[in-house]
Amino acid sequence: MDFLRPASWEEALAAKAEHPTAVPIAGGTDVMVEINFDHRRPEYLLDLNRIGDLSEWEVGEASVRLGASVPYTKIMENLRAELPGLALASHTVASPQIRNRGGVGGNLGTASPAGDAHPALLAAGAEVEVESVRGTRRIPIDAFYTGVKRNALAADELIRAVHVKKADGPQQFSKVGTRNAMVIAVCAFGLALHPETRTVRTGIGSAAPTPVRAKTAEEFLNAALEEGGFWDNGQIITPSVAKQFADLCSAACNPIDDVRGTASYRRHAVGVMARRTLTWTWESYRGDRRTIEGAA
Amino acid sequence: MRVNFKVNGRQQEADDVWEGESLLYVLRERLGLPGSKNACEQGECGSCTVRLDGVPVCSCLVAAGQVEGRDIVTVEGLADFARQRSESGCASGACGTSLQDAQDWQAKGTDSQTGEGTELSAIQQAFIDAGAVQCGFCTPGLLVAADEMLERNPNPSDADIREALSGNLCRCTGYEKIMDAVRLAAARQSEAV
Ligand SMILES: Cc1cc2nc3c(=O)[nH]c(=O)nc-3n(C[C@H](O)[C@H](O)[C@H](O)COP(=O)(O)OP(=O)(O)OC[C@H]3O[C@@H](n4cnc5c(N)ncnc54)[C@H](O)[C@@H]3O)c2cc1C
Ligand code: FES
Ligand code: FES
Repeated sequence: MDFLRPASWEEALAAKAEHPTAVPIAGGTDVMVEINFDHRRPEYLLDLNRIGDLSEWEVGEASVRLGASVPYTKIMENLRAELPGLALASHTVASPQIRNRGGVGGNLGTASPAGDAHPALLAAGAEVEVESVRGTRRIPIDAFYTGVKRNALAADELIRAVHVKKADGPQQFSKVGTRNAMVIAVCAFGLALHPETRTVRTGIGSAAPTPVRAKTAEEFLNAALEEGGFWDNGQIITPSVAKQFADLCSAACNPIDDVRGTASYRRHAVGVMARRTLTWTWESYRGDRRTIEGAA
Repeated sequence: MRVNFKVNGRQQEADDVWEGESLLYVLRERLGLPGSKNACEQGECGSCTVRLDGVPVCSCLVAAGQVEGRDIVTVEGLADFARQRSESGCASGACGTSLQDAQDWQAKGTDSQTGEGTELSAIQQAFIDAGAVQCGFCTPGLLVAADEMLERNPNPSDADIREALSGNLCRCTGYEKIMDAVRLAAARQSEAV
């Protein structure tokens, strides 16, 4: 095994081009488990820790450019207002020690259907900035997950950053597991209200071969909210609408039975989380509207 | 490969390190620092917790090559580290450790290898006084994690303590005595100010 230690991003891209089988290592919280247990013996490890700007973020006009190696702890501490869904999801990852090392770049690299960042990124709307010596491209998050633990990266590409849309409304993240800490999701659900475009976006984790959006459910809810004038009148969402939304979210799942839960439990739980997160975010939207109207 | 890094304030050089080796292995097997424990090697138990440039991490999940030029504090150096922190005018411990401070820190104890010959840190003494140590396997990781929390947050609520220690498993104590120990250390710290 060789340990490659590029000191800059350009050096890292050159190393990845020269050794396409090199395994990047950022926080190491996925990679080291595989090496410790002899599940993986890469020919090259490509250490990204020395590339400082991978651990930085920039808050822009419409989105946050989040460096691939920004640890979850920093997201929770610094980006709660801009990226509430991702901050909530980050808080549910493992333990403080793991959150101090692991980040979204590694979560995307592993592309596990159970990765907690994914539902939040799908719901908020995001693009993954990837680069190789051939150039840069931005992959829409919807196109990033290509199969179980597979993503759209080419062999010579590295993830540089994730551009996540800044929240324009309430966001929530919910996860089912046996305890609060150190739990891989049985299933997870992210929801974001986008009042500016009057749309709702979702993300489902651990209930299909890849993280997915519940697009039919989103379309149904977008139409129902529009028809009932809900965005303007701020009324409580009709229970039948919430139920239909939850059922459509369940239907978007394609889960399996495994040690963590059965397929039917997952489908059920996703429906429950969909209804709850819709209630929470909508209550918060109504509250914000009242405050704005009260102030006006 | 060779890895140069600082452990408990002393420059160390580890030779013949295998490229896939963990920091935990280097500490225990190459540098003779067996304080950090190896229980799961997969980040689940926290018994290998050390500070990397001041930040608590599972040393079993850090590749040895990643610590080149960086700064590690293990349980063996904890008492010295805590003393240095309070001498630098931060008796409350609420000042955190800047990277600069972590790098400038020098071991002063007679033996930073074993940690013997130095007075225990507040958190170590509190673990003993509260009866928070049974088999002791989880203790080094808990001490490092708890000490770091008290540095950031000298008056933690029970929820803060549980959150900060949620990455550390103990199979013996049922955690109540550990909670007592951290509360005791916090109380003694605030009295000392
Ligand atoms: C005890 C434990 C509990 C965990 N619990 C959770 C949990 O609750 N939720 C959760 O989502 N995850 C969990 N994980 C998994 C892991 O912590 C996350 O997936 C984390 O986001 C990985 O980030 P990392 O920086 O440590 O990745 P690494 O291990 O460094 O890398 C992971 C993968 O991404 C690739 N990679 C990393 N950076 C880049 C880059 N810039 N460009 C291209 N490829 C890259 C690597 O080659 C590797 O394939 C847990 C892990 C452990 C050990
Ligand atoms: S040995 Fe590192 S977390 Fe268990
Ligand atoms: S005292 Fe035995 S594991 Fe904690």
